[in-house]
Amino acid sequence: MTQARTPISSGFAALGRPALAGLAALGRVSIYAAQTLGHMLRPPFYGREFASALLNVGWLSLPVVGLTAIFTGGALALQIYAGGQRFSAEAVVPQIVAIGMVRELGPVLVGLMIAARVTSSIAAEIATMKVTEQLDALVTLSTNPMKYLTVPRVLAGFFCVPLLVGIGDIIGIMGGFLVATGQLGFNPATYIKNTVDFLESTDVISSLIKGAVFGFIATLIGCYYGMNSGRGAQGVGGATKGAVASASILILAANFILTSVLFGS
Amino acid sequence: MITLSGVHKTFGANAVLCGVDLTIARGTSMVVIGGSGTGKSVLLKSILGLVRPDAGLIALDGQDVRKAEREAFLARFGMLFQGGALFDSLKVWENVAFRLMRGPLARPKDEAREIAIEKLRRVGLKPSVADLVPAELSGGMQKRVGLARAIAAEPEIIFFDEPTTGLDPIMSGVINALIREIVVEMGATAMTITHDMSSVRAIADNVAMLHGGVIQWTGPVAQMDAATDPYLQQFIHGRSDGPIESVR
Repeated sequence: MTQARTPISSGFAALGRPALAGLAALGRVSIYAAQTLGHMLRPPFYGREFASALLNVGWLSLPVVGLTAIFTGGALALQIYAGGQRFSAEAVVPQIVAIGMVRELGPVLVGLMIAARVTSSIAAEIATMKVTEQLDALVTLSTNPMKYLTVPRVLAGFFCVPLLVGIGDIIGIMGGFLVATGQLGFNPATYIKNTVDFLESTDVISSLIKGAVFGFIATLIGCYYGMNSGRGAQGVGGATKGAVASASILILAANFILTSVLFGS
Repeated sequence: MITLSGVHKTFGANAVLCGVDLTIARGTSMVVIGGSGTGKSVLLKSILGLVRPDAGLIALDGQDVRKAEREAFLARFGMLFQGGALFDSLKVWENVAFRLMRGPLARPKDEAREIAIEKLRRVGLKPSVADLVPAELSGGMQKRVGLARAIAAEPEIIFFDEPTTGLDPIMSGVINALIREIVVEMGATAMTITHDMSSVRAIADNVAMLHGGVIQWTGPVAQMDAATDPYLQQFIHGRSDGPIESVR
């Protein structure tokens, strides 16, 4: 005997289905991450693929990271100055720009830019390889696609993104410095001294830790969606879109968790 | 010898293979024919382990392929994919020498390149092609490079997935002749899937027709035209009327 659906049970079902699907997807990604870590520990290791991934994830992302950071740092200085004026605290611009960029905006913005630039390109590339049977060809050539494609990219993300975050932090602070000294009348030497004196090593370390985690997430998700893409152009498009959206959300969620763990107490 | 016994494979509600029984003797060339969507590629990929059958046994020289050591098993195979499946990011010679630069068959880079150029020459391509990337090649040249890659490590068994699809009749003839020559020259066991009858006549020692998830007919190519199986006759003569439903 089937029970009639009430509006309340239909509402629960409508909420429950996507929640269950989301949890299942998270489970699949977790298994994929565990498999990737397992493959990292076992040879063979493809050095040339790793070098190519370092170039793509790290070096070629520098322009977009630098531009994002410098404009964000500049805007942050203007906002803090304008906000600080309300309670006569304009002088805190160097300190707040530094802490804002290093602890939060630097890692998050670099993570999101990597999701946009790298996750999308990895997902599209691997999805296209799947559609054109290149993944099957790898297998027939006795090469594990996870070892050949996923491991080098994820390692490159893990090692490169913290460096990018560090560079982004410096450029962001420079953006704030340029606006503060050029437009808001701050003394350059005092600005730099206040920035250096105020920042603590834990701020920098937390920034780099976030970068490593975000780099791992961005590259892993790109590979996961690429490997599991559907058929044809629509499959490639869907994989790319899903990868960028999922990586962005996971980066923001991971940022909250890491901030809670690192600074919550 | 490759033996398939009662192989089943279903995708959702779609039963693609419904008990395939087929034997491919060592050193012979088997061509599997059948319409689009009849499961020819699934059959081939099942043997290689790219698709996992739901039931049945696939054995290579009497040993269940699922129990074989994966790398050693795959090292015995070469495969030409329908679209070539060349790696875009690698040069032509690196594609051909892919297996020769990795794993247990790894050789020094210069030696691998020399072998790759020799294999390219074997399939009728000039050494100057070696340093191009696949995107710079025509469809026919990509097939040849795919063929060179398939034979680079001199495998015992070679699979050809729709080798002439997308090629003009002359290029199809060239590829068919190359496949036949190479298979005979290497003494390899070959399995080709196609719906191109000119390929069948050029490449096959034996033919098997796959329809409805089972092998409808199998026998030597010389007996194909005289066979009375209505499915086979409709297919090889390309008739629209017969037991195989056609959509107009």
